[in-house]
Amino acid sequence: MQQKLDPKKKLDIEEILENLENYHPRRKGWTWRQPVEGGYKVGKFHFKDMTQPLKNSIPLPAAKYFDNIDPQPKPVITTEIASGRFEDDIRRMRMAAWHGADHIMVIRTTGQSHIDGLLEGTPEGVGGVPITRKQIRASRKACDQIEDEVGRPINFHSYVSGVAGPEVAVLFAEEGINGAHQDPQYNVLYRNVNMYRSFTDAASAKKVMADAGIFQIDGAHNANATAKEGWSVMPELLVQHGINCAFSESVGMPKEQIGLSTVPPCAPPSPKLWYDLPYAVALRDIFSEYKFRAQQNTRYIESDIEEATRTHVIDTLISALTHVDIQSTITPDEGRNVPWHHNNIRGIETAKQTLVALDGIKQLIKIDRDGPLGEMVRDLKERAICFLEEMVETGGYFAAVEKGFFVDSAKYPERNGDGIARDGKGGVGVGSIVERDADYFAPVCSVFGHNNVPAGVDKACDLIDGCTLCKPEKIYYIDEIDASDNCNLRLEKTVDFRKGDKIKPEVEWAGDGTVLIQLFLPEEIEVARVAALEVAKKMGLSEPEVINAQVMHPSEGTFLEVKGKVDFTIDKKSLKIPPKEILLSEDEIRAGIKKVGLKVVAGTVGEDEHSVGLREILDIKHGGIEKYGVKYHYLGTSVPIGKMVDAAIETGAQAILISTIISHNDVHRKNMRKLDELCREKGIRDKIILICGGTQVTREIARECGMDDGFGRGSKGIQVVDSIVKILKNQGAI
Amino acid sequence: MSEERIRKFEARRQELKKMGDDELKQRFWELCKKVVEPMTEYGSKYTSPSIERSVLLRMGIDSPTSQGAVVAINEAGLLGKGAGHVVLKVAKNLNLEIREAAKKISEDKTVLEGLF
Ligand code: B12
Repeated sequence: MQQKLDPKKKLDIEEILENLENYHPRRKGWTWRQPVEGGYKVGKFHFKDMTQPLKNSIPLPAAKYFDNIDPQPKPVITTEIASGRFEDDIRRMRMAAWHGADHIMVIRTTGQSHIDGLLEGTPEGVGGVPITRKQIRASRKACDQIEDEVGRPINFHSYVSGVAGPEVAVLFAEEGINGAHQDPQYNVLYRNVNMYRSFTDAASAKKVMADAGIFQIDGAHNANATAKEGWSVMPELLVQHGINCAFSESVGMPKEQIGLSTVPPCAPPSPKLWYDLPYAVALRDIFSEYKFRAQQNTRYIESDIEEATRTHVIDTLISALTHVDIQSTITPDEGRNVPWHHNNIRGIETAKQTLVALDGIKQLIKIDRDGPLGEMVRDLKERAICFLEEMVETGGYFAAVEKGFFVDSAKYPERNGDGIARDGKGGVGVGSIVERDADYFAPVCSVFGHNNVPAGVDKACDLIDGCTLCKPEKIYYIDEIDASDNCNLRLEKTVDFRKGDKIKPEVEWAGDGTVLIQLFLPEEIEVARVAALEVAKKMGLSEPEVINAQVMHPSEGTFLEVKGKVDFTIDKKSLKIPPKEILLSEDEIRAGIKKVGLKVVAGTVGEDEHSVGLREILDIKHGGIEKYGVKYHYLGTSVPIGKMVDAAIETGAQAILISTIISHNDVHRKNMRKLDELCREKGIRDKIILICGGTQVTREIARECGMDDGFGRGSKGIQVVDSIVKILKNQGAI
Repeated sequence: MSEERIRKFEARRQELKKMGDDELKQRFWELCKKVVEPMTEYGSKYTSPSIERSVLLRMGIDSPTSQGAVVAINEAGLLGKGAGHVVLKVAKNLNLEIREAAKKISEDKTVLEGLF
């Protein structure tokens, strides 16, 4: 039975882990977003390229000004979640889905690609998650529940690389993984896996993936993450993409399952567009029949979250200007720590916000190929082809790798001699491939290459009465192997935070206690760094660490961000949560107002010229208090307090409504106090209701300053009349 | 050498200048297909411990047992027959379930003697 999630309740991890031995994925293969015929009409807007909306979601922050719409762009949006503990990641996946992610990638734990075999159980990972059958089942099962909750399929993704590629591919096919990275070049160049082993394994792995409908993403983007000048390796990147695409197809993978992983290679302060746009166009020309997974740049991100976000907006603009099927996001804190919960959400929002804003951009703006762009596009293509020609002349791919053709930081044909060269007679798994004999036989489905299936046998796996790909019940499930390193032990320690009454801040794992403080110190950076740590210590944080420091001026000051841990917990039962105000019925409110013939005076006080907020509270056309029968006398802006009180006395108003938007120097508090005092001086305080509103005003602050009630951002007229009628009732006037 | 390379590059590029965009694209893919031919051949003619373990997994054998069985089969020089093939034979000879046969192989290599 599939558990149904309740948006008001936390996901029950223990329930997810129950009965996993019998869990099988309810679908296999990749899912794209569903277009809306004729465009998507919502609120006052008609979007050109938005897809089916979600059943449950959290829209962009400004949505409240736009009828709370949450349009969903056409590309699938990716987020990478892998903190080392999948049981904590599952909660983050749910948050991510609510913000619009439908492709969740899990990067593997450090070193998994060199493990010759599958991992089992749920050991803790480092910089990633140990990918195991149990971890996949639990995560996929959670994704099933989450996708039902948001109303859109979630693609779950991991990596088929390293020396256990074929087994991992089978595991993924069995467990319904929807997408995976698979690129033998990655193994060779970045993991030093022997090249012959890597390609031999890859052929088998790709075949399994192809049959299981697993969407494939290549690994070419790693060259721009590695090369110092990522933009110089552009011709080579075309070649790397070309090799993986051609190779995948030659082993039977359909084109629509093959995706390019591409990153705009530059970042400001370079003139980014002059490199990234021609590159994006050249790629889309040559690979027009394949899918595009555009990733945001990671190479140049360090510790400044806003800088990362700005670059990512431009990356996404390039996607929108050209073409993208999957927009991958990079968490803006990727350069400074293992991504934190809310930074995944920030990354997703960056992509969503940009793509929504740029809806239908191609109907407005066209790429001009006649100018310099056309020439640059052509140049890249020619260089890539020459690269391939030289490769063929050198004796093919394997020979080219030996000679260090790849990831050289110079722009082809120049060479800096810093390319990654690999020896065909070296690397992990060297000498491990074995030629298949004529009578080689594998009695299972999805075998690539020579397979001498005995005559008279229809399907290779008939001889074993079906393989696991045909009969999932044959899959052998292992729960845990290591009694001292598994999720059950970890979960026991955090149960109070997840299910009990204890509250502790967290960014990665339940109860990790991590918090971030931001501060400006009017000191030069070296001094500021040390001082910031002292500030954090005095604030009671343990293990403080400066994770970002930016010079605002060499001597005037530095902006810093310091992370640290708190070791206390908050008891939920000890908190006094203000009860949600239950509004009187409109009839009751109208009746009360009518009974006393409610009259008020209103104005923005002090030197404050902001009128928009108060007018919204008053005017009938904004649903203001006028709508409920209140007569108001509006005195305008910059009204002296004395004038407000005099007007109230003159008109016989029962209430004074003031607005104070400016709060510099606590002027809002001062004005509230002044109003209270003046009413006392004049002897009318017990006869008049005092109400204040403004962006920095809360009920608590207002009452502290002598008001009867106070209202902040987003307040509505009905709340104000509700409050007044309640006060009048308490006074016995109604 | 490097000057020679640059000279060759310039010459190749001159040739490409004659081509239209579509021809360029065609040329790119021609070359890619050529480059991947040997790789595909390796994939078809060769096998590896991981490929063989992946076959045993598909036969319903757990991962640790697949590991042990493939090591034994490889040491006996029989990987080229296909580990699944070997397990099938052992299962038949000893009248064992597939999973038990794999386990037997990983524990006692002598069951592989004289199989082929
Ligand atoms: C529009 C605007 C202006 C317009 C105002 C035009 C006008 N006729 O009102 C102009 C351009 C003139 C302006 C000028 C200035 N502004 Co101005 N302005 C804004 C802005 C962009 C939007 C405010 C707004 O209208 N919001 C929409 C309304 C509906 O929301 P609201 O005001 O919060 O009102 C709601 C609630 O607060 C509450 N409420 C408000 N009043 C009342 C009263 C009662 C009785 C009740 C019950 C409820 C209630 O209910 C309302 C409806 O929900 C904000 C920034 C921002 N995005 O918020 C800055 C902002 C308010 N301005 C600011 C400042 C500093 C100024 C200036 C001093 C700048 C300058 N140095 O010149 C001048 C002020 C000049 C002066 N003497 O007042 C600051 C205030 C900072 C602070 N907290 O002290 C803000 C926050 C911008 C900023 N971050 O710097 N501004």
